[in-house]
Amino acid sequence: MSKQESTVLSPRQMAFRRFVSHKAAVASCIIIGLLTLFIVLAPLTARYGVNESVQAPPNSFLTPRAKSWLGTDDIGRDLYSRLIYGVRVSLLIGLASAIISVTLGALVGAVAGFRGGKFDDIMMRVTDLFLAFPFLVTLLVVRNVLGALPWLRPITGDMSSVRFIIVLFGLFGWMGVARIVRGQVLSLKEREFVEAARAVGASRRYIITRHLLPNSVGPIMVALTFSVVGAIIGESTLAFFGYGPQAGDGATSLGILVGAAKGAVQTGYWWLAVFPCLVLIVIALSINFIGDALRDATDPRLDRGV
Amino acid sequence: MFRYILRRVAWSIPTLLIVTFLVYLALRIGTDPVASYKRINPRASRAKIAEYIDVNGLDPNFVQGYFKWLKNFVTGEWPRSIKGRREVWPALKDAMANTLRLGSAATVVGIFFGLIAGVLAALRPGGKRDVFINTSAFVGISIPPFISAIMFQLLFAVYWQKWFGESLFPTSGVYPAGHTGFDLFLMLKFMALPTLVVAIQIIATYSRYMRSSLLDVLNSDYMRTARSKGISERRVLIKHGMRNALIPVVTIAALDVGSIVGGLIITENIFSYPGMGLYFLKSFGEGDFPLLMPWMVVIVASVLFFNLIADISYAWLDPRIRLE
Repeated sequence: MSKQESTVLSPRQMAFRRFVSHKAAVASCIIIGLLTLFIVLAPLTARYGVNESVQAPPNSFLTPRAKSWLGTDDIGRDLYSRLIYGVRVSLLIGLASAIISVTLGALVGAVAGFRGGKFDDIMMRVTDLFLAFPFLVTLLVVRNVLGALPWLRPITGDMSSVRFIIVLFGLFGWMGVARIVRGQVLSLKEREFVEAARAVGASRRYIITRHLLPNSVGPIMVALTFSVVGAIIGESTLAFFGYGPQAGDGATSLGILVGAAKGAVQTGYWWLAVFPCLVLIVIALSINFIGDALRDATDPRLDRGV
Repeated sequence: MFRYILRRVAWSIPTLLIVTFLVYLALRIGTDPVASYKRINPRASRAKIAEYIDVNGLDPNFVQGYFKWLKNFVTGEWPRSIKGRREVWPALKDAMANTLRLGSAATVVGIFFGLIAGVLAALRPGGKRDVFINTSAFVGISIPPFISAIMFQLLFAVYWQKWFGESLFPTSGVYPAGHTGFDLFLMLKFMALPTLVVAIQIIATYSRYMRSSLLDVLNSDYMRTARSKGISERRVLIKHGMRNALIPVVTIAALDVGSIVGGLIITENIFSYPGMGLYFLKSFGEGDFPLLMPWMVVIVASVLFFNLIADISYAWLDPRIRLE
């Protein structure tokens, strides 16, 4: 330890060290990496197509066996292969909507924190209100409103499409991020380097994009990971209650598979319930661990002595 | 203090009006029962349609409609449900009672065990117990409630029945079909699984709050001062430590009503528990505007109410906060 302390580390190196010291996060990175590899190489790793039956009928509700590692569903499709294709769609939903919502949230939060005044007040009121409500209720109501406005159709697409879900979560998830970035900006804008920038006549936009946002990268990254999880779980929740994306052409998502679990429980087809839920739990836990470690790594105040 | 409370209460009324107006707008835009009525009854006369609009409170002008709805709501003449033209209040009342029972049971159980776990974790930070509690809380937060609900159903009802002949806990409703009257034991048995699902989320959340709050307090100077005065360790922990650590937790608890209701909605649906959640999902699925609006008012009002409680209790518990 004493040897390491004598060498000078850049903040980025220190952050990396702190991240690596979080064992669960490193394991999670490996799991998510493997998962990504699996879904990117889906044609190779999946044993059957999304819509392909394992064998000629009778093929429905087969228990896990050599022919179908995780069993088959009601019309004889391989659960293992469908999980791979489903996770593919769900991760896409999670990433795309997280990027939209974090970008929106970071901009709103930065502007609100930097300008203060009326804009800040109104923005934070709206944020508080949205966050105070039951998540599912707001989501469902906003979903209906988005679907009912015809002039939004070109952006949102059909209500049962994956694109609609991405736009919905993208528009929906920015509030938490905005709050975090605002807090960060509020403390940053009083610092000397921002004052110096202002003193030499830098414009507001320059200060926000060059000083405030880059210095908030840590919290923004953390918010990004949590938004990805939020969107994946949100999609599953919506699908579970029948408001998710519809499976066009047999396409599937983790949410659709988890939603099918509801019907499988009472009839005792445990594999249809257990495996999709397990995959969802593993993904949610792994990304949460990564986010947790990122938070520890990028927040110097939390230094626990690497 | 009294003036502060008065001002906050006075403020919450316009807030309530604005929010219910927004909710009204959102619901009216999101559902269009008149169009579906016309679709189902293509030969309905003008008078019939006008009557339909009147009975269900579906004024085509949203601003006028809102004030009309508000007047009727305050005077107690609520528009009837679209499906079956039923009175709304009896259904809402039953749902509220059921949810209050489930929600308060889960909250009491959840906060009790959550606080204990948090204190146990904070007393020896970094120890094995701390790591265990912290990790379990993290796992508990990461698992969405509908997943744990499915797993419990599978384990305690379906497979328990397969292995041991009868299921340990029932998985739907408040009472078995055909049961009448009040039976505490039966009721608790039916409530066990849904309560557990909601309570797990609460335990996980509150153990983390309590842990970090107590750690903050334990590291503060006044704790050292209290110890140096020679007060017994137990007294220091309870009187100086716990009391101060609970302040932020109480505030967060009051602000968390929304997320607890959210968990209840999901859980009630899975366990077919006839509370506010099932009421909401059912009427939402049917686009039944007259049923949805009073539900929303109850939820908005309780969220605002608990926000108020949070602010007041914070100001009351923490003498450092000056109000005027």
